Amino acid sequence: MVSGIPPFERFYECHKGEVLAFLRRRAGRDRADDLFQETFLRALRAYGRLEHGEHLRAWVLTIAANALVDAARRERPTAELAFEPAGEDERPAVEELAPLTDDLPPKERAAVVLRYGYDLDYDTIAAALGSNEQAARQAASAGVRRLRKEKEQR
Amino acid sequence: MTAVPTVLDQRFRTAAAASGELDVAFDVLDDTPVGRLLVGVSDRGLCRVGFDPEPEAELERLARLFGPRVLRSPKALDRVHTELDQYFTGRRHAFDLELDLRATPGFHRRVLVELSRVEYGHTTTYGALAAQVGAPRAARAVGTVMNRNPLPIVLPCHRVVGANGSLTGYGGGLDRKEWLLRLEGALL
Repeated sequence: MVSGIPPFERFYECHKGEVLAFLRRRAGRDRADDLFQETFLRALRAYGRLEHGEHLRAWVLTIAANALVDAARRERPTAELAFEPAGEDERPAVEELAPLTDDLPPKERAAVVLRYGYDLDYDTIAAALGSNEQAARQAASAGVRRLRKEKEQR
Repeated sequence: MTAVPTVLDQRFRTAAAASGELDVAFDVLDDTPVGRLLVGVSDRGLCRVGFDPEPEAELERLARLFGPRVLRSPKALDRVHTELDQYFTGRRHAFDLELDLRATPGFHRRVLVELSRVEYGHTTTYGALAAQVGAPRAARAVGTVMNRNPLPIVLPCHRVVGANGSLTGYGGGLDRKEWLLRLEGALL
């Protein structure tokens, strides 16, 4: 087994309840059902590329959050959407990052939080964002640049 | 914690197998005549039949051998389930399933391929099987291969007995070996 990545069955059993609860809170019962399947299919597609088994909860909740954003965008293409960092556990780095990144566009915020809060590699972040490694890298650095600029302006 | 409705859970498990993204889809058959069986299929074919499965250990093993995307998905095993049912009720004498032996090393695989030629209702001996793979002195090694057979029942290691006709041993326990041989009419 690759460095502590659990069999998908265990990952799914471990997180499915929380993912569904999260989606229901945010999207209502009916839409949550479709997004539930979408979330875990995305996770499954990316699972083979994971390099370690850490922070899988944050990872899958980020995938869920992005599935929500994508679905809402399909319905209301012009709407402004906020990315809520999913699965803030007791990690101080993330707690500090979350408010700082409030104003970033959703993908950039997700990339920054996953990269600098959870220390995930870009391949894993790309999987969560449904994009490729290069795009994830660009989203994170664009996010950081934007944060720097905001800080200078303050 | 939110309980995931069964319908939703099953729908995802079926969709996951249909997506072609699983390394192994498995199921646990709770009440076969030989007890609980875990069965697994990869994209290449049947890759696991296990007696009395300890799920955690089995999943780790499948993940190690075939990749981490291992998920219970009963629908993906419909055909295996059907063929086993037919076999257990005497309506099927040969399995018509693709087999995935990629995790089985060379000598073991050669012996298992030879084993697959032993027909329903017939028996052979460890020594005879050894001779057939060109290693006549390797009866004991053949015993080890039988003991580690990843696909018991389908690859019929129950049809291999000692030179004196005694049942000798079986990875799933001698009771099961006896039951399978009686089913096939090889034991009276």
